[in-house]
Amino acid sequence: MRSLRVNKAVTLHLGAIGVLFALQFVLPDYHHVNLARVMVLAGFAMAYNISFGYTGLLSLGHAMFFAAGLYAAGLMARFAGVGAEGGLILGVIAGLAMAVAVGLLALRTTGVSFMIVTLMFAQAAFLTIFYFGEYTRGDEGFIIPSGLRTLFGFSLVEPATRYLVALSLFALCVAVSHGIARSSVGRVLAAIRENEERTRMLGYNVFLYKLAALAISGAMSGAAGAAYGFLFGYVGATFASIQYSIFPLLWVLMGGAATVLGPFAGTLLMFYLVDISSAYTSANMLIVGLALIGLILFFPKGILGTIRERAAPWLP
Amino acid sequence: MAAVTLLSTLNLSKRFGGLQAVDGVDFTFLEGEIRALIGPNGAGKTTFVNLLSGRIPPTEGRIVFAGEDVTRLPAHARVNRGIAYTFQITSIFAAMSALENVKLSAQRRLSKGVFGPDPELLERVAMSALERVGLADRHGEIAGNLSYGHQRLLEVALGLGLEPKLLILDEPTQGLTDQEIGVFVDLVREIARQASVLLIEHNMDVVMGLADSITVLDRGRILAQGAPDEIRRDEAVRRAYLGA
Ligand SMILES: Nc1ncnc2c1ncn2[C@@H]1O[C@H](COP(=O)(O)OP(=O)(O)O)[C@@H](O)[C@H]1O
Ligand SMILES: [Mg+2]
Repeated sequence: MRSLRVNKAVTLHLGAIGVLFALQFVLPDYHHVNLARVMVLAGFAMAYNISFGYTGLLSLGHAMFFAAGLYAAGLMARFAGVGAEGGLILGVIAGLAMAVAVGLLALRTTGVSFMIVTLMFAQAAFLTIFYFGEYTRGDEGFIIPSGLRTLFGFSLVEPATRYLVALSLFALCVAVSHGIARSSVGRVLAAIRENEERTRMLGYNVFLYKLAALAISGAMSGAAGAAYGFLFGYVGATFASIQYSIFPLLWVLMGGAATVLGPFAGTLLMFYLVDISSAYTSANMLIVGLALIGLILFFPKGILGTIRERAAPWLP
Repeated sequence: MAAVTLLSTLNLSKRFGGLQAVDGVDFTFLEGEIRALIGPNGAGKTTFVNLLSGRIPPTEGRIVFAGEDVTRLPAHARVNRGIAYTFQITSIFAAMSALENVKLSAQRRLSKGVFGPDPELLERVAMSALERVGLADRHGEIAGNLSYGHQRLLEVALGLGLEPKLLILDEPTQGLTDQEIGVFVDLVREIARQASVLLIEHNMDVVMGLADSITVLDRGRILAQGAPDEIRRDEAVRRAYLGA
């Protein structure tokens, strides 16, 4: 029998999840709901990190995967009375299917072309929401009735349940990221990011690996989207806009690409930067922009990337 | 040992726009041999081996490897069949350690299903590839920080990690010191006990010292072929290449 080695990375991740679990008992209401929101969005950021951070695929269209999950879940709730159990599964499937479909085409390109192609697909998805405005109610969006917002009988309108579901999703995303980063597949993804042609000439089907990375990323994005809809009750086209393709990129850059907890750190930091600065000025995005520039200048590898470089090379 | 054909090409051709870089090459390569591919700059040597490894598609012709027509196989599938290619311009994973580099080359072969290989086995195999090229004591160094000569050796170790049937080396000694070249010649000789080697090389001492036979390429065509002594005496080769 192989003994289980307790390793630092696992301890760190379990510790982080433990701290988040404990925080729910001490946080005031306002921050309690914020943190639930951040955890779900961090799931989206971790999804983006799989394709961008670990594999080097710079997509500018991830909003479509998030929205695929959000709308698959939301529309099925609205028109078929599906609850959160079914909604989450549908969200995962929708994000996965969309990522595979887009990937089959977009992954024939690389670099700037890949950025443009993903951007265009996302724009098409965004416009599709308006085209079917009769069902989606476009920009205005729609509310998922509170009666449907239940998971195994627990109401997601209840802040405590909502927090726990957000935390569970977050923990699952951490586990997936950690697993990939530590696996032999993760090693190949990193190799593709570093030197694609060399990886191919070591016998790896690079296209298939990239497609798999994008598929996992899409499925996770879809899960985050569906969870967001059911936890906070609102489905709207903003979540499919270019803004929500740029956000995960910024979150990941801020927190540290190709680190497991970096996306969470970036999401949390940016959420509160926007939140705090908007209390003082309407030019809050300017402050966020300045903070980003400062961060990139002084910590080009993001928060956890810099920590890994200077103090903790074992950080996954 | 009976001469078994490992690789053959039939009318293999590659055209870049108006330039016929490889022009109807019929080439036969026997199992177990060390073959040198020589010829002036721009003769089409790199293009020819790129066709063999599948990095670029031919405009015409066929390639048969180990009895199988591989002309339409993508590059990665040919690697899996046993054709390993080391780049003329060093191409390694610069941000990873030397050991990590070789693990990447060995891991696919050692994997069973989607789950990776046993970590200890992988480590052992990767270390032994590094040992063979003499880099074992530098296994933890970041590949990008290695000296140029060591990076060339790491490139060869990547090839070894694949345990290929055919190892293609594209100008491996370019830029190496005389001492490093000596190490290299010994290494190729050692590798050739398990794999066949196709070597593109400009250094005639290396070629004459290593090759069982030589193919001379000039303007995309085979100009001459034969044992080192024959090639040395060949009048056309002297004119085109040896410059005497
Ligand atoms: N990708 C390419 N596109 C256009 N021309 C090329 C390309 N690759 C090589 N060539 C040309 O083909 C000829 C043969 O090049 P190459 O195979 O690199 O020669 P060698 O390796 O023998 O020096 C040269 O004239 C080179 O300029
Ligand atoms: Mg060349």
